[in-house]
Amino acid sequence: MSQNFVLKKGLNIPIAGEAVPRVSKTIAPGIVAVQPTVFKGFLPRLLVGEGDPVLCGSPVLADKKNPDILLTAPVSGTVKAIVRGEKRKLLAILIEADGQRQGVDFGSKNVSALDAAQVRQALLESGLWPFLIQRPYGIIADPGLTPRDIFVSSFSTAPLAPDTAFCFGGEMPYIQTGIDALAKLTSGQVHVGLDGNASASPFAALRGCELHSFRGKHPAGNVGVQISHIAPIAKEDTVWTISPIGLAAIGKLFATGRLELRRKVAVTGPMAIEPCYVEALPGTPADAFSPFYGNTPAAGLRVVSGDPLSGRSVGTDGYLGFFDNQITLLKEGTEQELLGWINPIRAHQFSADRSYFSWLMPKKKYAMDTNLHGGARAFLMNDGYYARVLPMDIYPVYLAKACLAGEIDKMEKFGIYEVLPEDLATCEFVDPSKNDIQAMIEQGIDLMLKEMA
Amino acid sequence: MNKIFEKGGKLYWLHSTVDAFETFLHVPGTVTRKGSHVRDAIDLKRLLILVVIAAAPAALFGMWNVGYQHGLAVGDLRLNILGNWWYGFLRVLPLFLVSYIVGLGIEFASCQIRGEEVSEGYLVSGFFIPLIVPVDIPLWMLALAVAFAVLIGKEVFGGTGMNIINPAILARAFLFFSYPNYMSGSSCWIHVKPGEQLVDGFTGATPLALDGASAQYGTGFWDLFIGTVPGSVGETSVIAILLGAALLLWTGIASWKIMLSGVLGVLFVGGLGDLAGISTIPCYMQLLYGGFAFGIVFMATDPVTSAQTEAGKWIYGFLIGALCVLVRLFNPGYAEGMMLAILFGNIMAPLIDHCVISAHLSRKAKKLKTA
Repeated sequence: MSQNFVLKKGLNIPIAGEAVPRVSKTIAPGIVAVQPTVFKGFLPRLLVGEGDPVLCGSPVLADKKNPDILLTAPVSGTVKAIVRGEKRKLLAILIEADGQRQGVDFGSKNVSALDAAQVRQALLESGLWPFLIQRPYGIIADPGLTPRDIFVSSFSTAPLAPDTAFCFGGEMPYIQTGIDALAKLTSGQVHVGLDGNASASPFAALRGCELHSFRGKHPAGNVGVQISHIAPIAKEDTVWTISPIGLAAIGKLFATGRLELRRKVAVTGPMAIEPCYVEALPGTPADAFSPFYGNTPAAGLRVVSGDPLSGRSVGTDGYLGFFDNQITLLKEGTEQELLGWINPIRAHQFSADRSYFSWLMPKKKYAMDTNLHGGARAFLMNDGYYARVLPMDIYPVYLAKACLAGEIDKMEKFGIYEVLPEDLATCEFVDPSKNDIQAMIEQGIDLMLKEMA
Repeated sequence: MNKIFEKGGKLYWLHSTVDAFETFLHVPGTVTRKGSHVRDAIDLKRLLILVVIAAAPAALFGMWNVGYQHGLAVGDLRLNILGNWWYGFLRVLPLFLVSYIVGLGIEFASCQIRGEEVSEGYLVSGFFIPLIVPVDIPLWMLALAVAFAVLIGKEVFGGTGMNIINPAILARAFLFFSYPNYMSGSSCWIHVKPGEQLVDGFTGATPLALDGASAQYGTGFWDLFIGTVPGSVGETSVIAILLGAALLLWTGIASWKIMLSGVLGVLFVGGLGDLAGISTIPCYMQLLYGGFAFGIVFMATDPVTSAQTEAGKWIYGFLIGALCVLVRLFNPGYAEGMMLAILFGNIMAPLIDHCVISAHLSRKAKKLKTA
């Protein structure tokens, strides 16, 4: 049963710096980081020490709560440093790559002959398991559970998002293998969301899963939005999600027996010089992307691993995230703008609000920076002002306020199980009161996790 | 910002004030810290200044009308448009000054105490208050009303965005119940200097309170639509208010649902009144009389105090329109029901939203179960 959904609500943000579909080079970094902090709810236990040799696929960290969940090295080499932050919080394991690309051999397997336990085992030992995200809450999937369904969004509608066909068009056999493997883990279906805005998606040829097409503006490509339309998450439900990057890596694991996390990464944003794609590993240092930002001083530049709405600011000394296939380079908007808010035209700024005239120039792209464009205020506009950019059956302001107040009952009623912060990113973007709505949702989810524990 | 205004500096007590003026001149160079790295160019300053701009035609017309009504009252129509406007401007300007000085003073102090940036909310309330009071209101009364409205109506709840009742309507209600002699009857609506000779048959009563008597001004459809009748400063001209409504609806700041359902509410109850023979005027005239137009366009649509949900807005607007005419028809004590209708609407809004949301959530829960 495949369905076509047309989502009327949403907002495409016309930011300049889209990557042209061309791979300029393959980055082979000297240092690669394994970052436990990008996995929500992961409590790291060290499995290596400084100076230890590792292979591509060797376990580096394990989860204290569930020791079967491993993070593995994406390259072969030696552990160079263990980076800790405040209160000795483990931030990163730095691995000096030897350039040999020697990997642990997990053995190629025929997925159709495997049972659920064998698939689970293969994903856990290779370090690919953390690609599976569990909803509610967006934590690493619990291997002891059987999810109701597994959801994949084949595309992203986020600003400057990498092009699906270009990134994954050549990896479809692997992705098919990934789907076949995951189908063994759920009692329900694997659902794949196709891009209804594009003419043809390579994912449309997938078998063994349910295909749904989604047409609409951002966040129509968010898997959370798609779940709420395909089969919403009720209180007692658990579902898993995975990205196409994860599917491809799983497919390669079963086909070749090796861990291969290399992916096409779109380097985007108004500050990117000749934005295009590179091939890179997760954990690649941001300064490996320096040809794209040239001599821009670090203070005036924001390096975001991910998209401009929900990505993490990592700085020029940070690393590409495990889940990310996009780097966004933005200018820090620290300049004051004289009488900006009252200027009737202000043609260089984008606004979704009718009090500006951006809507007259739908094709125009804007060199947006990180300026907040106003002072932080209490919520003033109606819920409807935010709901127009959120294609979900949710009252966004009520949910955010419930999270702020820490009222579990209300959060539950207003749909905390259905969302992750990224789903409300467009609401945060348009908010004239400049609230950090994503952070509010995060706070609510953290409280839920604490209460459930 | 200069260091002495920062925390620990000598002039920290002026921090919010300095910040308010600084951000008035510049969009600050603050960058995003969490979440979305890029943000929409819209901010509350722009949204709220647009509301003020929308109310400007009503204010300008109101000033002219103060001069014109004075001319009618003393039988001296020699002043031209500008002359009338200037006459009214000089009478209305003190109201604006008192409203802004008292209101913003309290607002700045409260924000400093709470350690917040000054919110722009009072820019709008402070502009509305002079427009919904009689021109001859004593300034000390106005000051008292503004202080009451800002402190009790807004700051005790936590400032702009947290209030339950629209501060401007609360200021008017305060005046209405504390000093009824200055807020109703036939002596307050037209500015007349002591000792001036009035024309024969002069009445200062508003069209709503005339009750069939004749006056020195016309009470036909066009008189009311254009607004050449006595009343509160800014509420008489329906056409000037409609200009503002157009801007508010175009930019989407005010809800068309509230405005439309308000009009429907008036026509419904007014129509019933016509059928039952209680009403002396056709129901569509109710839209032009008194403060309905100003109230439904500028007051009822305040996003903070109106219903928040889309379905709730229909109920809320209808309630206000219906109640306004109900008071007009059945309460001879109050000639005008709009202020009370909006007050009541504001208080009912959270309940309306509660019902709408509860109904929505239980529908959703049912859908989840059957799916």
